[in-house]
Amino acid sequence: MCPIRQESNLMTIKKIATTIAISLISSSVWAGCAFENNIELKSLSNSFDAMKAVTESMAECGNVTSVLDVDFKDKQPEAFAANPSLYQIGGVSNGTMVPLLNAGTIRPLDDLVAKYGSQLKPSQLIKVNGEIMAIAMMVNNQHLMYREDVLSEFRIAVPTTHAEMVAAAAIIAKYDVVDYPIGGTYKAGWNLGEEFINNYLGNGGAFFGEGNAPSINNATGVATLNTMKSLTEHMDPEYLVSDSTYVQQQFQQGKIAMATLWATRAGAMDNAEESEVVGKVIMASAPMGSARPASTNWWDGIVFATNMTDEQADAAFRVAMEGIDTEMVLANNDDAVWLIDGYVAGSAAAGAIATADNGAAPYPSSSPGMGAMHTALGNGIAAFLTGEKDAATALADIEAAYTISATESGLM
Amino acid sequence: MNQKTFLAFIGPSVLMMVLFIALPLATVLKQSFYVTQPVYQTLEVETCTPTFTGQVCLKEIKTIPTIGDNGKVIKQTSFVGFVNYQNVLELPRVIKAFANNSWRQFMVIDFWKALRFTLSFTLVTLPLVLFFGLIIALCINNVAKSIRGPVIFVSLLPMIITPVIGALSIRWLFIGDGILTSFLEWWLVRDISMFAQAWTIELMMMFYRVWHVAPFAAIVFYAGLQTVNQDTVESAIIDGASRWQKLRYVILPHLMPLIVFVTLIHLMDAYRVFEEVVGFSSQAHVISLQWLTYDFLTSDLMGNRSIGRASASSMLTMIGIVLLLIPVLRGVWTDYKGKRL
Repeated sequence: MCPIRQESNLMTIKKIATTIAISLISSSVWAGCAFENNIELKSLSNSFDAMKAVTESMAECGNVTSVLDVDFKDKQPEAFAANPSLYQIGGVSNGTMVPLLNAGTIRPLDDLVAKYGSQLKPSQLIKVNGEIMAIAMMVNNQHLMYREDVLSEFRIAVPTTHAEMVAAAAIIAKYDVVDYPIGGTYKAGWNLGEEFINNYLGNGGAFFGEGNAPSINNATGVATLNTMKSLTEHMDPEYLVSDSTYVQQQFQQGKIAMATLWATRAGAMDNAEESEVVGKVIMASAPMGSARPASTNWWDGIVFATNMTDEQADAAFRVAMEGIDTEMVLANNDDAVWLIDGYVAGSAAAGAIATADNGAAPYPSSSPGMGAMHTALGNGIAAFLTGEKDAATALADIEAAYTISATESGLM
Repeated sequence: MNQKTFLAFIGPSVLMMVLFIALPLATVLKQSFYVTQPVYQTLEVETCTPTFTGQVCLKEIKTIPTIGDNGKVIKQTSFVGFVNYQNVLELPRVIKAFANNSWRQFMVIDFWKALRFTLSFTLVTLPLVLFFGLIIALCINNVAKSIRGPVIFVSLLPMIITPVIGALSIRWLFIGDGILTSFLEWWLVRDISMFAQAWTIELMMMFYRVWHVAPFAAIVFYAGLQTVNQDTVESAIIDGASRWQKLRYVILPHLMPLIVFVTLIHLMDAYRVFEEVVGFSSQAHVISLQWLTYDFLTSDLMGNRSIGRASASSMLTMIGIVLLLIPVLRGVWTDYKGKRL
């Protein structure tokens, strides 16, 4: 009868409802953060669960935009070199920090830590040449995961070395319980290179000699390659295209019994929506090489750009401290192996902690030639595993490829 | 039309081609003769990394880039002549492989491995694309007019799928326990791993490329079939020509310019094969020239890129395409001159 008036009534109700909703939202935003941030801040980091938790916690302070991108390491060097920097806060790992460190695009944090960093533990302060350059928040490494039910069914002890792994695999292979006894992240490229680096360091090898010259073509290198080959004999024959997601899925679908996998993948084994082996996968220390565990320790943390005002740096640091506070860890305990107070190490973290306790070496990202070496390894090992070259030739060719890259970039 | 109008018409296109094709090509050529390096200094540096119980501090002698007064890393660019090309072609290793009479040693060298695959990929898929394109075009032409529309649509579908997505879908069909691999295993009663050796991966790549490009050839040939001179066809039928003879003596000669066109396009496209290598993650088994250039450009952990070698590899790829196209273009040129006379 009077449609216009009805419409305006509806509009008023809608307006009131929206206003109430907005005021409720905006009041709850400040709930998690101790201070109200008024300066526009942007952060760029990798995109995994732990980073999502941290950036969400930072966003509670207001005026913080976070970009989470798997290609962050390709974007960060240029973005931080811009003046003013495109991002004030950066999420990095010990590997990806190096280009930023070398270019001088991240700032020392000693004064900021003194002012606002009382919550930080000493192990979180990453020092280079006596200056704090990054704040670490979590650690990660590759360690052994195994199907407890399979190993106990055949009364196999938990393997502590690669030889024991191969022996266990030989027994499991005789029965039809799983498709393949061992899984491995042996995808040619970064993953394969990382496997060699883990094993080589586990056997106490050194990558470089005088003046960044390569030194992997030795008895340790050959032994490492042979160990890798013996493991692949019990793997899915398509191991050269298998990355960590693929191996994680193989585990979840009950296709493999043992694998050396990243600690950040541990939680996925008990994810009832994807995994058929909930509760059956146990985390253990990485197998020991002849000197230390065949694994490398990585840390993830936060850095701050040089090219920003001190006012922005102040706000950015405070926001980051809010992002990695105990409250965030309590809410997201199992997302990562946190270095922060309040973290309770669950069963998912047991492998990472055991590996670190056994003395795993940190990933040697501070060696300037490591980037070129990792790439050369990733490209060159496949030829040995497929049988095209023998161990010594493969290592010699990798050293030659590294030498070309290193000479080209001026390191040699 | 007069000269001025002609120039006005093609002016914008020529300008864009110079800006976006010729100039970048010239800069790549120039870059292939230079190398840019940061200036390094050696220092003793102490780095501390966290563990659960505390910190581990290491003192080591490192080479780190020097930072200039403007806050940026100092870089120097130097002319190196053909060094980048030598590093890509690795001729000393080639000579050693030939001295040992070893094809295997020759094929292990990145550039030549990529070249071998790129050439076989291009030259094997070409006749297949032409053949299947022709078959599909003839089928479409002979199908009843009422369903011709839907038939054209369905036959064009493979071309619409983005190459990366297409390669990934083939990968998922065949990798591990993919549907088609499981079917093959059931049918042949044996274990099959399609991604564990190079030749199966190459086959799948070629299959995918033919499947993806044949519709393009088909639609070009179909258009050509519409302009076949009906008088010639009728007189061929009256003369008692069989279907095959009709095809060989009337239709194919008419379609020859289009066949040359499709050949040109396919040679240029197939030589740049890249999405298949990425989609199948086949870098351990099979690599292509374009992928090699991409690999040189991928930055390592320290942020270094081999731009000099990538430029050299690009130029070598371009030279390869030009060499492949010369016979085809020569045929077109003599044809054109013949017609002019």
